[in-house]
Amino acid sequence: MPVSNLLLVILGLTAIAYYLGLRRSIRVAGAKGVRSLESLPSYYGLLTAVWCAVPALLVMLVWISAQDAVISNLVLAQLPADYSHMSPAQLTLVLNDIKNIAGQNIENATSSDAIKAAAEHYLSLQRIGLASMSVVVLSLAMLLTALLWKIIHPKLQARQQFEFIIKVFFLLSSLLAILTTVGIVLSVLFESIRFFHLVPISEFLFGLDWSPQIAIRADQQAASGAFGAVPLFVGTLLVSAIAMFVAVPIGLMSAIYLSEYADRKLRSIFKPMLEVLAGIPTVVYGVFAALTVAPFLRQFGESMGLDVASESALAAGLVMGIMIVPFVSSLSDDVINAVPQSLRDGAYSLGATQSETIRQVIIPAALPGIVGGILLAISRAIGETMIVVMAAGLSARLTLNPLEAVTTVTVQIVTLLVGDQEFDSAKTLAAFALGLMLFVVTLALNVIALHVVRRYREQYE
Amino acid sequence: MQKSVSIEQPVMDNMQPAKSIMVQSSKDTDFEFTGTVGNIAAANPRMVTRNVDVFYGEKQAIFDVSLDIGTNEVIAMIGPSGCGKSTFIRCLNRMNDTIESCKVSGEIRLDDKSIYRKKQDVVQLRARVGMVFQKPNPFPKSVYDNVAYGVRIHGLASNKMELEEIVVSSLRRAGLWDEVKDRLDAPGTSLSGGQQQRLCIARTIAVNPEVILMDEPCSALDPIATARIEELIDELRENYTIAIVTHSMQQAARVSQRTAYFHLGYLVEVGETSQVFTNPAHKLTEDYITGRFG
Repeated sequence: MPVSNLLLVILGLTAIAYYLGLRRSIRVAGAKGVRSLESLPSYYGLLTAVWCAVPALLVMLVWISAQDAVISNLVLAQLPADYSHMSPAQLTLVLNDIKNIAGQNIENATSSDAIKAAAEHYLSLQRIGLASMSVVVLSLAMLLTALLWKIIHPKLQARQQFEFIIKVFFLLSSLLAILTTVGIVLSVLFESIRFFHLVPISEFLFGLDWSPQIAIRADQQAASGAFGAVPLFVGTLLVSAIAMFVAVPIGLMSAIYLSEYADRKLRSIFKPMLEVLAGIPTVVYGVFAALTVAPFLRQFGESMGLDVASESALAAGLVMGIMIVPFVSSLSDDVINAVPQSLRDGAYSLGATQSETIRQVIIPAALPGIVGGILLAISRAIGETMIVVMAAGLSARLTLNPLEAVTTVTVQIVTLLVGDQEFDSAKTLAAFALGLMLFVVTLALNVIALHVVRRYREQYE
Repeated sequence: MQKSVSIEQPVMDNMQPAKSIMVQSSKDTDFEFTGTVGNIAAANPRMVTRNVDVFYGEKQAIFDVSLDIGTNEVIAMIGPSGCGKSTFIRCLNRMNDTIESCKVSGEIRLDDKSIYRKKQDVVQLRARVGMVFQKPNPFPKSVYDNVAYGVRIHGLASNKMELEEIVVSSLRRAGLWDEVKDRLDAPGTSLSGGQQQRLCIARTIAVNPEVILMDEPCSALDPIATARIEELIDELRENYTIAIVTHSMQQAARVSQRTAYFHLGYLVEVGETSQVFTNPAHKLTEDYITGRFG
């Protein structure tokens, strides 16, 4: 039975199990009525349905994920003796051939009879596997349904048990997200440690020279590679600083305008429009930065007698700043609105003007929240990739001049992993070390930001 | 933020002719408003209001209220919730301007000048007519800076010494000095509720207003803190004119010289506090004071 049909059958069985559990509970309640049951009849149905479906689906999942490996081993074991001396890598290729023939993906003219026989064998094993899986899964579902049918009695706490199972599901879902994060962090960490075996951590953190080109093959002509990441950190900081220089004043002032000056109608138009900015894909911003802003800046610079690179930190920073404006303005707007009206009333009743009230009462009261918002925006700027890839350039120059091309941590991660590479060369592993640095910095900023925001919340709720 | 405020033609100074309006309330207590009972005039008025109507959008909250507020007297506004007493005192320093939909018409004068005239600077007005709110609202600044705030923005002190003098004397007059003299740098929000409210009063008197409006200043406080504030109000009467909104009839009786009873946006009765509480002239006032409703 194909997997999709099997799923449908399990679904049908589950529905039947629900109905059976429901009827059974009413039946065991007997003349005393359903009020004598521990739970409502539908919970007995739900509990039966869960026991019917979940173990069956779990077994199916495990079976499917394990089946291919088991069958492959059996097939390889059946191959003629002259295949047994092959290396694991060659065996993998043979196995691929077998699978391709079995799946009729390609007609490989060179394949030998042995391979063709193995493909036949593979197919038959697969059929057997699927059939036995169907039998096992369906009988498990039916067995458990029958078991539940047996144990349903008026004192069975069906609702509590069902709710416990649901709670476990919620827990597993949240664990999945956390485990994924932990997995990513650990893989980045271990790859970084491998990198630091090749390149000393002090050279990476304090070296002033970044040129990661190294020879992949022995006969290749290339530099031996230098992995001093300081130029990247400086470039990242420069671009982020320019971005924040644009985003913080504009975002803050637009937030103040929207929350304090604009009337409700204007606000209801402006706020969504500002938030549309946040929805524009960063690659579109990148195109804008590389093809519109950067040439404009170069021409403008030439007319002023300045030497502006065609890809400059300034262009990337300006556009990134515009991208972050809605972040800053939206978060600041929220915290400014959260400042209690009573504080405004207090200031006005003392004869403070509106601008005095905003500058001296509202902004100080909202400051922790605003700072939190800005820190989140900085971590966004540091992690931003697409705009800087397209507009900031690739040359790892150690400079603070915003008119020159610089490169950032994220840009280098992209370039290190694009194109041909070996997975254990220092060049590739450097990407993980850079990723780790990025992760540590943005994590620290986020933790600080959340902490600041939380302290603010305690004050006014 | 200047909101449009329509000002009607100046009206006569005396009591308006008795009007007869049927009022529908949500309850079945229809009453026929036949003009305010009692003497709305004060011997030596500091603020004069005539025929004040207040609208929130379409809804009218205050109907044709005329009332004098006498110099160096405490006038208490009482009445059931939603009767418009808070709305009325918020007109007296134009705090209602901050509410977009609010429109005020009629005549309100401070020392014989209309406060809703075009040339009136709201900032100056509020420096002369201060306000204390229901919930203590100290700024997120130190105790010292809370009191110094109004003094600084109005430039009332020419140097640090003078500023300190004003701050200390305001805290003294608010009866808070002994409790906070050792922690002037502590945030205002770290004080207790009663202390915070006295801090707000100190903040208000630091800018030396002529009139102080108090909108249920004790409703968030315990009886001991309330007693302190009531004492303070009595002392402040010597130098200031005070209008206080309160839900506590005992409080109105204790601190005020005159009492105004509001009902559903109308000023039903006004008179000497002793007379209003012992011998109310209007049936509604009597019902409210004796606790039959409200």
